[in-house]
Amino acid sequence: MRRTFNAAIFFLGLLALWQVAVMSGKWSPVLLPGPQSVAEYLWGAFGDGSLREATWVTLRRLLIGYGIGVALGMPLGMLTSTSQFFQDTLGSLALGLQTLPSVCWIPLALLWFGQTETAMLFVVVMGTMWSVLIATDTGARSISPIYARAARTMGSEGLHQWTRVIIPASLPYLISGMKQGWAFAWRSLMAAEIYVTILTGFGLGHLLHYGRELSAMDQVIGIMLVIVVIGLAADKLLFSPWERFLHRRWGTGML
Amino acid sequence: MDQKLAIDMPVPAKLVVEGVSKWFRTPHSTVQALDDVSLSVSEGEFVCLVGPSGCGKSTLLDIIAGLTKACSGRVLSDGEPVEGPGRHRLVMFQEAALFPWLTVIGNVLFGLKLKTELNAQERLEIAHAHLKLVGLSKFAHANVHELSGGMKQRVALARSLAPDPRVLLMDEPMAALDALTREQLYADIQRIWKARRKTIILVTHNVREACCLGDRVVLMSPHPGRVREQFTIPLPRPRDINSAELASYAREITSSLKGYIATVADE
Repeated sequence: MRRTFNAAIFFLGLLALWQVAVMSGKWSPVLLPGPQSVAEYLWGAFGDGSLREATWVTLRRLLIGYGIGVALGMPLGMLTSTSQFFQDTLGSLALGLQTLPSVCWIPLALLWFGQTETAMLFVVVMGTMWSVLIATDTGARSISPIYARAARTMGSEGLHQWTRVIIPASLPYLISGMKQGWAFAWRSLMAAEIYVTILTGFGLGHLLHYGRELSAMDQVIGIMLVIVVIGLAADKLLFSPWERFLHRRWGTGML
Repeated sequence: MDQKLAIDMPVPAKLVVEGVSKWFRTPHSTVQALDDVSLSVSEGEFVCLVGPSGCGKSTLLDIIAGLTKACSGRVLSDGEPVEGPGRHRLVMFQEAALFPWLTVIGNVLFGLKLKTELNAQERLEIAHAHLKLVGLSKFAHANVHELSGGMKQRVALARSLAPDPRVLLMDEPMAALDALTREQLYADIQRIWKARRKTIILVTHNVREACCLGDRVVLMSPHPGRVREQFTIPLPRPRDINSAELASYAREITSSLKGYIATVADE
């Protein structure tokens, strides 16, 4: 309760600062619209369905791309963690590609797939899978060998050892890897949507892009707010339950 | 194994270690951890391996468990050569090695779930019975991090005993505990051993602990690891680690070890 209250005060304070800055008249209302006009834009865009449509298009791309990225990155990360050969080859490739900003994939995606959904997904998958791969690899390597030893003496081997010992033991790393992957997926998708116009659906990035073209600052700020809120909500819905479970079971990060 | 021979033998050897040697090779040198070690342990016997650091006692336990391969020699369990880890020989480690992603009861159930001949109800009953045996029934649904060091080792003991292994191997399970907790565990282990009558091999560097728990104490000497001398401890149980008789056995073993150190120093 107290924490909610603190958060509410903080964000109301920010809104108030914003309003004061607008009312001071130092900046042109074209460049700095007030909270009220942004709210009006959001209300209007929500009412005529364009915002809902764009949010849906963006979320669908994000979830599919992220899903593929995790589905590829996790098994490959396990592979590199168990084999010296794959660590030296695939592991090094992943490390290199992870440092490549995902915007850099866009020219290649456009030439390969044209202005299609596939190009969008490709950029998101490339932005996600390498960081998930590396997080999984690090996780599986960091677990204490004593767990595997204890499990082996109890008769756990092969697939059973993977599903009942190594994956659960590296869960803290997997969750933080998936969280990092989510942030990368979100960023790469926004970059792709801002740079690439495609006809199969306007996402939030496109609305942001057209906001700039039309110098509609209320739209730009409004869409940015929506993007931030979705990011926060995803964190709370997708990852918080897992993190609470980890804290309770492992006894880590207790306040 | 010859059936007739097995019947004729009054106490069949449960575990036989035959001429086991082990080297560890590093880029710069080769360290011999064990040199031609032979040992036989009977059914239901409690044997303690003691010795200073570097005598290879933990390595020997790993080889018996099947977690490490011997460079030469072999280990027979019920006459069968040990090729790898098996659930008839469970190991308790110095750290409890409990799985933090499972609750206490989940940990005790882990080994039981690998026994396909049991159904879910039976597994749960066995797990609860073993938690009761170590006096932790109330903590069945606790998380591992909520337990003290001594409680963790008791859960590890319950987890090792629950799948009903034929041999229990303990690698310094009390080394990380405080003295009071340790004494409580000595009493618990003696009580449980009396009730369940497992074949147990315990590795320790604490001579008194070995005298308190073992039917037999095997003294090992280091560089390379060898069996130096074996002592039978005929004291009645339960034994008190602070008793005078126990102390005199411990003194005898310690002086044998000191004698060895003195001869090495003279050379």
